[in-house]
Amino acid sequence: MTTAWQRKDLLSLRELSADEIRKVLSTATVFKEILGRPIKKVPSLQGRTVVNLFIEPSTRTRISFELAAIRLSADVVSLDKDSSSIRKGETLQDTAKNLEALQAGTIVIRHRSAGAAHFLAQRLKASVINAGDGSHEHPTQGLLDTFTIQERLGRVEGVKVLIIGDIIHSRVARSNLWALTKLGAKVKLVGPSTLVPKEFAELGVEVSHDLDGALEEADVINLLRIQHERQVQARVPSIGEYATLFGLNSERFKRCKKGVILMHPGPIHRGVEIASELADGANSVILDQVTNGLAVRMAVLYLVSGGKGIGGES
Amino acid sequence: MSEILLKGGLIVDPATRREAKGDLLIRDGKIAEGKVSKDAVVIQIEGCVVTPGLIDPHVHLREPGQSAKETIATGTAAAVAGGFTSVIAMPNTSPVADGSNTIAWMKQRAKETGVANVFPTGTISIGQKGEQLAPIGSLRQAGVVAITDDGHCIQSAELMRRALEYARMFDLPVLDHCEDKSLSAGGVMNEGKWSRILGLPAWPGIAEEVIVARNVLLAEMTGARVVCQHMSTAGSIRILREARKRGVPIDGEASPHHLSLTEDRVEGYDTSFKMNPPLRTRADVEEVKKGVADGTIRFLATDHAPHCSYEKEVEFDEAPFGVVGLETALGIYLTELVHSGLIPLREMVVKMSSFPSEYFKLGRGTLATGALADVTVMDLERKWTVRKTEFASKGRNTPFEGRELRGRAVLTIVDGKIRHDLDGRAGRS
Repeated sequence: MTTAWQRKDLLSLRELSADEIRKVLSTATVFKEILGRPIKKVPSLQGRTVVNLFIEPSTRTRISFELAAIRLSADVVSLDKDSSSIRKGETLQDTAKNLEALQAGTIVIRHRSAGAAHFLAQRLKASVINAGDGSHEHPTQGLLDTFTIQERLGRVEGVKVLIIGDIIHSRVARSNLWALTKLGAKVKLVGPSTLVPKEFAELGVEVSHDLDGALEEADVINLLRIQHERQVQARVPSIGEYATLFGLNSERFKRCKKGVILMHPGPIHRGVEIASELADGANSVILDQVTNGLAVRMAVLYLVSGGKGIGGES
Repeated sequence: MSEILLKGGLIVDPATRREAKGDLLIRDGKIAEGKVSKDAVVIQIEGCVVTPGLIDPHVHLREPGQSAKETIATGTAAAVAGGFTSVIAMPNTSPVADGSNTIAWMKQRAKETGVANVFPTGTISIGQKGEQLAPIGSLRQAGVVAITDDGHCIQSAELMRRALEYARMFDLPVLDHCEDKSLSAGGVMNEGKWSRILGLPAWPGIAEEVIVARNVLLAEMTGARVVCQHMSTAGSIRILREARKRGVPIDGEASPHHLSLTEDRVEGYDTSFKMNPPLRTRADVEEVKKGVADGTIRFLATDHAPHCSYEKEVEFDEAPFGVVGLETALGIYLTELVHSGLIPLREMVVKMSSFPSEYFKLGRGTLATGALADVTVMDLERKWTVRKTEFASKGRNTPFEGRELRGRAVLTIVDGKIRHDLDGRAGRS
């Protein structure tokens, strides 16, 4: 647990070691405790500028990063596609150079293209945090999900996790599978064969198209959003048929372990991937995920900034 | 009278079955024999191999219209630097080469600014839109050596059938970039394990194979000669192999990257590894090589596709497809095919010179006495490292940067004129 953090950037969980992942989780534990105090702000990133560059729209992730940076006393600027010059045809390369010239210390990027965070990291001295790049990864979501499992179940190793949904287009699924398998969890990806292609089995996880056969063994069920986008519509006959085959309803829930935890990265489509009463039920940790996201993002911002001295310690 | 004497090389000329040490005399732009005049420029090339000038059947010269990427001048300079004396130019210029005016312009421009022979192709369809046949007869009269909508595979099997039937009248080869767009669906890399890891939109090998199979059937039906460009998958090679065994007039090209690089190179999202078709798996690479070795693949092309750095330095899925190849192809082919023992040098020369000349009726590709003096001299053992900043091409988009290669063109002669002289040998005599 004494591993020093060496990375300038956080681009993907695939490239992190198990120790590095544990380092983020243990740091997040400290921040979570601070968030429970009456005064939730620490001076760790005082004087440092964090730019949230959200080229693809996002509300909850952006607010979570903004709040995390504010709690660390950083100066925060948020840009979206409309407020940046990308709309005017500026390339990502030029946007990056401009941010560098403004001496931004940390750049948090959300972008619709896979590899966009890598693109920035290769070109900037600033730290780059990937807040979701296309269908590639969403590392802080993977970390906060792992943190939540650890917090609720007391361990990650040996835990059986089902991830259900549109895996092929999901950056959340990818980041989860890397973090969880590195820490020794057993991951099964579940969904229709058109959304969960067989090559995922080469990445150290199981692939299944039979939700009913997988329910009983699960300690964790992570339900992904089914996007009503064209790319999904071409791969499943209808959202209704999807909900019938892969939606978590109360019938199916009865067959789950008593202590199973239900997760969802949000936003939820009630009645599609998860029944409404289950999303609000005792087994749901969906709102814990949101709270933990703040602690994990504080930890990541803190670590890539090479910060020392959380909450007055040095 | 001007004479050049290449002295002391190993002459390899498959067309005349010559493979022996000796001197090669060039007189007034043609291969000659007899007495050497005392004014002859004598060039010492001991230890080197002399071959008929190399021919690249798949090059994008970008002129007219895209001269920020490349021009006929810089593209042909890259050709001769890489040992190529002739290039077959793709028609996806701006305007598209779908009419005889553009062909005439290109030929004139090549005459004025080119340092290698440029053989233009015309399009199959007007505007490469895949809807209506281009004026193929007029293009033929204007001097195209083949027709192709390269980069834009003809999606309609019916239009392809008519194009082949029509081209058959003129015995004009039809070159096809094989990609079923409904299956490739906007993919930017190979579909497989690595696209799952990287989250990039991907296109599966079968999108190529479906079209290769279609082209086999249509070539068989119409009797037209068809070349499937830059073959990238094991399945394509198997389909071609079976068809060629039955005597179907179908061929395939290999490209340097598809027989030496695999899909995992996309890992760092470096757009120097983005081309169409994409890099595939190890099994695909091995089968393409096997296809070259067993004669299924008779063309060794480059698909030289220069782009501006600022066009390539963008998000991976936004970047244009394509890599340069003229200045690295010979080194790659020698290293991967000849030095590895897969094919003899003579066979490589057949595929890179005498065969393409014969197939496209270029009237070159031999060192027979009286032939036009297109000559490549290569040092098979020369070790060198690829440095994109040293390219003659405007394009810097190479997937081989920093790679050490064995074998390089040291002298390139086009129509009797020395166009590339790596070591400055001509001035030394």
